[in-house]
Amino acid sequence: MTVVMEARDIRRHYAVGGGLFRPKGVVKSVDGVSFTLRVGQTLAVVGESGCGKSTLARVATMLEPPTSGALLIEGAPATPAAGRQVQMVFQNPYGSLNPRKTVGSILMEPLAINRRGDGPAREAAARAMMAKVGLRPEQFARYPHMFSGGQRQRIAIARALMLGPKVVVADEPVSALDVSIQAQVLNLLMDLQDEFQLAYLFISHDLGVVRHIARDVMVMYLGRPVEFGPKEQVFAWPRHPYTRMLLAATPSVDPRHRKQSITVRGELPSPLNPPAGCAFASRCPHADNRCRNERPEPRDFGGVKVACHYAETIG
Amino acid sequence: MALLEIRNLVVEFGRFRAVDGVDLTVEAGEILCVVGESGSGKSVSMLAVMGLIGWPGKVSADVMRFDGIDLLGLSPRARRKLVGRDIAMVFQEPTTSLNPCYPVGWQIAESLRAHNAVPRAQVRDRVIELLDQVGIPAPASRLGAFPHQLSGGMNQRVMIAMAISCNPRLLIADEPTTALDVTIQKQILDLLVDLQSKRGMALALITHDMGVVAETAHRVQVMYAGQMVEEQPTEALFTKPHHPYTAALLAALPERAMGASRLPTIPGMVPGIDDRPVGCLFNPRCGRVQEICRTSAPPLIGEAAKFRCYFPLGESA
Repeated sequence: MTVVMEARDIRRHYAVGGGLFRPKGVVKSVDGVSFTLRVGQTLAVVGESGCGKSTLARVATMLEPPTSGALLIEGAPATPAAGRQVQMVFQNPYGSLNPRKTVGSILMEPLAINRRGDGPAREAAARAMMAKVGLRPEQFARYPHMFSGGQRQRIAIARALMLGPKVVVADEPVSALDVSIQAQVLNLLMDLQDEFQLAYLFISHDLGVVRHIARDVMVMYLGRPVEFGPKEQVFAWPRHPYTRMLLAATPSVDPRHRKQSITVRGELPSPLNPPAGCAFASRCPHADNRCRNERPEPRDFGGVKVACHYAETIG
Repeated sequence: MALLEIRNLVVEFGRFRAVDGVDLTVEAGEILCVVGESGSGKSVSMLAVMGLIGWPGKVSADVMRFDGIDLLGLSPRARRKLVGRDIAMVFQEPTTSLNPCYPVGWQIAESLRAHNAVPRAQVRDRVIELLDQVGIPAPASRLGAFPHQLSGGMNQRVMIAMAISCNPRLLIADEPTTALDVTIQKQILDLLVDLQSKRGMALALITHDMGVVAETAHRVQVMYAGQMVEEQPTEALFTKPHHPYTAALLAALPERAMGASRLPTIPGMVPGIDDRPVGCLFNPRCGRVQEICRTSAPPLIGEAAKFRCYFPLGESA
């Protein structure tokens, strides 16, 4: 399988503060993330708000340059021209579509900007894409406010596919939708993946959705991956205490299995002032002095990379 | 006698019926979950209980009693005394529900002062005690904090502290964890269930998340397009749903579809103001639809399991 996107030790830091009475600070939103994305596969990035998953999406789509590290697209360093191979679907379909444009012009815009084809060809391409994502032809001239949330997300997906990308970065594409609509959009994403051999970088906080759609899972905590590997292994034998906590906190839809065993405590520490050692130490039930002082590096456990000093004893 | 008893609740906004003949009872000390998609009327029906539906909304009901008191016949003044003291509510977005201009300690104290719950000299101590009960570390130092200085989870704890400040007998929580991360969601749900069992208060939890229902509820009501379509004890609902909508909602969950590559979906969408179907409201999307469904609306039937369907699933008879 060919690799379409590779990230090598990507970091994205932001300078903050630096006012008259405030010291300057650095927020390390993404701090050393590497992955490879192959044709037709889905890599899911999960974590809580503030863990850097959306920043990673912005770097992967070249909306922001990484502070350090390299992003390769089909083996070559990412350039704006190669950027057309990577498109994005945003979280909120109510905010990501221009209310003043019709569906047709929203879909034709990427082609016009990139000077592909002439007017009739663009319209034909837009209509063909509408059919693919399950929109009706008579909706071509309608405005976004005339659509429900699920249909809007279909428009956003169609727009992302207009330039024939290899990679689609989807930042929480179904979290704003109701359950029944969410299932429709997930099915659509999977059908399109089969048809166009798309690679997805799928960003989500919903482990149920991730479990369904992903091949590989990266669990992030405070800018760093803490566990990264094939979905089956990560869900069946979570080795990092944070992954275990996330799984324990996710409500199960089986009332006979109410989980009482693991108590979840604490909140994400401030990214302005991250702990010296393991970022998770303040919430971890297994943490000791070593965790508080020495940052664990990712280590390989049969294909799963885990950043924990005690992954052997816990897992 | 039920703590809260409502029969045939109707809430209308102009010609749109947001809530269409809902029956609702909450027993003392139980956890009732009201589940439904957006636009199903679950929030509006609870706002009607709180008396928070303003113009142009119109509320009517055959019966609306809290602990034997008729809520509809109550003067606004008497109702305000009840609401906030005996019935309290926690809203969805903690950061926007709190007033950004006042410290959280002051905002909690406000409800204590309004209901004269404790002597003035003890208000401060009581606020600290409440913050401690909802699990806020170093409560005394948080009294002067403004909502923007606290995280979403902490703000939701403040909202809960405010709601339980006057020892309510019924706590209504409207999607209390939707805006929060899963680990924080778990903490807040644990806190609500813990408070509910320790104080013996009734908890009405509105949610769209079937996982939350399964983890917390004793009894579940499923709402669709302003109507209650099914009501069952939690375990029975998840193992033996009767209404096709409930079954479809459960089947659409990724967690239930393990192994299958495609998720079962519900075609179409929730009816809006102009396309409310004749007969059963779910008939255009239902897989078991028959002629009678398109012409006449099914009544609510059943005893332990109530549902609104002519051709329910899982009938042994």
